[in-house]
Amino acid sequence: MNKLTVENLFKRFGDNEVLKGVSLNAKAGDVVSMIGASGSGKSTMLRCINFLERADEGAIELDGERIVTRPGIGGMRVANPAQLQRLRTRLAMVFQHFNLWSHLTVLENIILAPCRVLGISRKAAEDSARAYLDKVGLPQRVADQYPAFLSGGQQQRVAIARALAVEPEILLFDEPTSALDPELVGEVLKVIQALAEEGRTMLMVTHEMGFARQVSTQVLFLHQGRVEEQGDATILDQPSSERLQQFLSGRLK
Amino acid sequence: MIELIAEYWKPFLFSDGYSLTGLAMTLWLLVASIVMGFFLSLPLAILRTSRWGVLRWPVQLFTYVFRGTPLYIQLLICYSGIYGIAVVRSQPLLEAFFRDAMNCTLLAFTLNTCAYTVEIFAGAIRSIPYGEIEAAHAYGLSGWRLYLRLILPSALRRALPYYSNEVILMLHATSVAFTATIPDILKVARDANAATFMTFQAFGIAGLLYLALSFGLVGAFRLAEKRWLNFLGPAH
Repeated sequence: MNKLTVENLFKRFGDNEVLKGVSLNAKAGDVVSMIGASGSGKSTMLRCINFLERADEGAIELDGERIVTRPGIGGMRVANPAQLQRLRTRLAMVFQHFNLWSHLTVLENIILAPCRVLGISRKAAEDSARAYLDKVGLPQRVADQYPAFLSGGQQQRVAIARALAVEPEILLFDEPTSALDPELVGEVLKVIQALAEEGRTMLMVTHEMGFARQVSTQVLFLHQGRVEEQGDATILDQPSSERLQQFLSGRLK
Repeated sequence: MIELIAEYWKPFLFSDGYSLTGLAMTLWLLVASIVMGFFLSLPLAILRTSRWGVLRWPVQLFTYVFRGTPLYIQLLICYSGIYGIAVVRSQPLLEAFFRDAMNCTLLAFTLNTCAYTVEIFAGAIRSIPYGEIEAAHAYGLSGWRLYLRLILPSALRRALPYYSNEVILMLHATSVAFTATIPDILKVARDANAATFMTFQAFGIAGLLYLALSFGLVGAFRLAEKRWLNFLGPAH
């Protein structure tokens, strides 16, 4: 059975139609890379999946459970706020610009959602937070520091620990290394690769073609709001569509 | 100078034998109006930053009126103006409230500092990076929990430097209270001046007392900023 099914998402911003009916199916353990030029709609598609952006049309199913929506101004809304909240902790997002809560320490960042949304006790949440810090390769001494005192790579790894802490079924990565200095990209990719090897289900918008080739079980190439080509990682070596060939050779910006 | 201090140190600091006076009274005016203004301003600041005009506009009008008129006039209206209205005097509850000079003064001071504080806090709420709010949504925090756990704690810390300024300005603004017969530092200084004609000394002492209070407030806020504002990073 599919872990996540996305059917025919449409999204318009004013006159600009960003998504023109995109779909995807992910099974448990799939690592789906979404690639494409900027403006192709890949980030919008990812953000529509956890309703940070509200699609105009389409359907989303998580673990066979259909998200019940109703149409509204600015896009579909999740009909039941409790279902939306549950959906969002089952899908954890890692952002391009980390978006850590700057006034909270690293530890407080990681335990906030477990304590305040999932209702886990502070003690238990702190214990697992420290375990997740280990997992993303950060020393325990950063636990009491504020994010602004850490490097970009460390901040993104904290953000990954924050995502893991809600024990999500699917991890969503929105260009996780695009805002990092080149020398910091490797440490973050290493963590993501380790998670992929654990068999976690992940959706990842990325510009790192080498990395996508290495970890993906599925690649989606988006072009002008449509899925232009999809398949396993081999499409990155033998693209069949002309657009993907152009994109990979760097001629499609 | 010595005889002035010998005779007036008590009223200057805390009491003229009948009621709270001088420094103690000024501190009471400051603390009471700041505390009430603070709690009143939190919900108003949230409304002030609302997406919906119906919630935003009334608060905007309130802060516009109270920031756009002198505190002295607000005090005159609260203390003399409102009591002059026949309807107010005919209502026992309103009559009792507005007959009391302290009530009127605290009402004017609270509303005045509240208006400034609302704008400070609303600005701080708007200064929170949008990505942090978005991350909160993405992790299932919404509604009042979002405000209580993230927006207000973050905004209050960011507002500290501006808020400390407002508290110190409010301290100095309390010196208009003597016009409503409240025996604050300035009232004692005026009494001492009237009785001794030692004008320079009487008002000089009042000035030194305000200076000392400001010094204490600045120190306290500096400690608070060290404790709560260092999250902004090593560059600050």
